[in-house]
Amino acid sequence: MQGNVACAEGALAAGCSFFAGYPITPSTEIAEHMAARLPKKGGVFIQMEDELASIAAVIGAAWTGARAMTATSGPGFSLMMENIGFAAMTETPCVIVNIQRGGPSTGQPTMSAQADMMQCRFGSHGDYSIIALSPASVQEMYELSAEAFNLADRFRVPVFLMADEIIGHLRERIEIPDSVPKTERKPLPPGELPFHPGDDLVPGFPRFGAGHGVHVTGLTHDERGYPCATNPRVHEELVRRLVEKVESKRHEIADYRVTNPDAELVFVTYGSPARSVEQVLHDNPEKTIGHLRFRIVWPFPENALREFPNARAFLVPEQNLGQMAREIERHTTVPVIRLPRFGGALHTPEELVAALEALA
Amino acid sequence: MTYTDWLRADRLPHIYCAGCGNGTVINCTLNAVVQAGLKKEETVFVSGIGCSSRAPGYIVTDSLHTTHGRALAFATGIKMANPALSVIVFTGDGDLAAIGGNHFIHACRRNIDLTVVCMNNMIYGMTGGQGSPTTPRMALSTTTPYGSAEPAFDLCELAIAAGANYVSRWTSYHVKELTRAILAGLRTPGLSFIEAMVQCPTNFGRRNRYRQPLDQVEYFKAHGMLVEKVRRMQEEGREIPPDTIVLGELARRNRPAMGVKP
Repeated sequence: MQGNVACAEGALAAGCSFFAGYPITPSTEIAEHMAARLPKKGGVFIQMEDELASIAAVIGAAWTGARAMTATSGPGFSLMMENIGFAAMTETPCVIVNIQRGGPSTGQPTMSAQADMMQCRFGSHGDYSIIALSPASVQEMYELSAEAFNLADRFRVPVFLMADEIIGHLRERIEIPDSVPKTERKPLPPGELPFHPGDDLVPGFPRFGAGHGVHVTGLTHDERGYPCATNPRVHEELVRRLVEKVESKRHEIADYRVTNPDAELVFVTYGSPARSVEQVLHDNPEKTIGHLRFRIVWPFPENALREFPNARAFLVPEQNLGQMAREIERHTTVPVIRLPRFGGALHTPEELVAALEALA
Repeated sequence: MTYTDWLRADRLPHIYCAGCGNGTVINCTLNAVVQAGLKKEETVFVSGIGCSSRAPGYIVTDSLHTTHGRALAFATGIKMANPALSVIVFTGDGDLAAIGGNHFIHACRRNIDLTVVCMNNMIYGMTGGQGSPTTPRMALSTTTPYGSAEPAFDLCELAIAAGANYVSRWTSYHVKELTRAILAGLRTPGLSFIEAMVQCPTNFGRRNRYRQPLDQVEYFKAHGMLVEKVRRMQEEGREIPPDTIVLGELARRNRPAMGVKP
C-alpha cells in the first residue's frame, strides 16, 4: 500500500467522516482516495476552491461533531496558516496532513523535504500550541493518521501529520488492525459554560445542533465564548491555557522509539531519515550506535534525550537546514551535530557512517 | 415567538454606531427566521470579519464568527457535514466581495443550501472607512481621498452569473420587502443571496454628504427602482437614470443544489 493511501485508510478507520481538500503534489492521493472511499461510507468529500477554504470547511464540519481532515503540501500549508490559528483559538479538533516537499515557494513539488517543521509549530500568528506526528513508514502513516484524531479530540487542537514525500509515496506491506483505539471527544457537561476548562484545561465540546447555543469566535473570548478582546487578563488567561493544555502534558503525549540506549553516538530522527539510520544500525549489530526516533515531534518531548545517559553526541539527519536540531540543542548540553540533506534525496547510510567516523 | 426571542440578551447593547443600518437587517433576518418556523437548535449563523460579521454574536443559536472572507467556506463545511442544520451567513461587501470573492463565486457555483445576507454599506466600517469593492466611483473614503477611481462590483449580478438559485436586493429602507426576500431565500433550496444596502453614517455618510443617517436611507428610497420597472423601461428603450439601485427578486431558479435538508 502507498503511504498516502495508508494515511487515508487510517483516518477512515478512526471514523473520519469529512474531508475537504485541494489538489497539490505530493499529497493528492490522499484526497483521491478519500473521494473514492468516503461517499461509500456515508461520509463527505468536498474539493474546495483553495486551501484556505479547505481548512475552513474542515473546521466548520468539526463543529458539527465530525472527525474532519484535510491534506496538503508546502504552498497549501502556507495558505492554511490563518485558519489554523482560528482552530487553535476556538479549540477546534481537526487533522491536517502535510506531505512535505521542497520549499520555499513552489520549490520542488515532487521531491521530499522536512522543512515545514517550524511552520507547523509556529506558522500562525500569536501564541498557541499544537501536536504534530511524524510517520517513518507506511504502517505508521496508517497508525499515526488514526491516532491524530484521538489527540485532536482529547486536547481540542489542530493536529498535524507531518510526513514527507518519501513516506507519502513509499509502498510497503502493512498490517491493518481490526480496529484502532478511539478516544471520544469530551462532551460539555450540562449547565457548564462552553469554554470553561475542566481539570485537564480542556473544555467539553458543545457540538453545533445539540442545543447548546454556543457562540464561537476567533476573537479573545471569556468562558461564555463571548468576545472580550480588550481585557488583558482574559486574553492572558486564555492564551496561557491554550499553550498549557498541551505543553503541560507533553511527557504524556510523547511517543518515541529508543534503540541502544547505552550508546555514545546517537542519531535523532523523525520521518524518512530514520530509514537510513535503521540501515546503519542493521549494518553495525554491535549496539554501539544509538537511535532516538520521534513519532511525535510537537510538543517536543525533551525527556527522550535523557534515555541516552552516555550520549557524547546527538547526530540529527533532517531534510532541512536543522529545524529540529535547533530544538534539540535547546534541551541538552550534549553536542548536536546537524546533518542536513536536502534537494529531495534521502541521506545515504554511507554518509551517516562517515558522520559517525568523523566523531570517533 | 418573535424575533426578540432569538436575541442573545446578555450580549446587548451591540457595538453598532448610532444610525447604523445593520441592526435593521438583523431584525429583518430574525423576523424571516421566525416566519419560516426555524428551530433555534437546528439553526447556525456564520460570519466572517467586519461590522456585519458581529451579528451572529447577538443571536442565541450556535454561531461561528470566523476569519476575514472565509465565512462561506466554513458554512460549506457545516452544511455538508450536517445538512439538517439551517445555515445562515451574515457578511459584508468587503468580507464577501474582496477578500472572500473566490469563496463567494464558488459557493454560488456549488449552489450549496445556504442563506447569505450581505450588509452592503459600500465601505470598510470596522477599520474606519476604507474603500471597498462596492464603493461607488468617485465616492470618498480614507483610502480614496480624491474619489474612488475603481468601478464597483454588482454583487447580485455576480451571484446570478455564478449560479445562485435565489438572488434579491433591498435596502434598510425596505424592511417589509427585505424580510420577505430573506424568507423566500430561507425557503429556496440552494444558495440564496440577499443583498441589503445599508447606511453607514459614521464612515460612509459622513464623508459623502449624507449629513444625517436618514439622508442615506432617503437616497436608497429615491434611487431604488423595482427590477420589473427597470426591465420595462429597457424594453421601451427608455434610459435608466444613473445611480439607480435595482431592487427586487433578481433570480429564482432551480439549478442542482448541494447540502439540501433531507
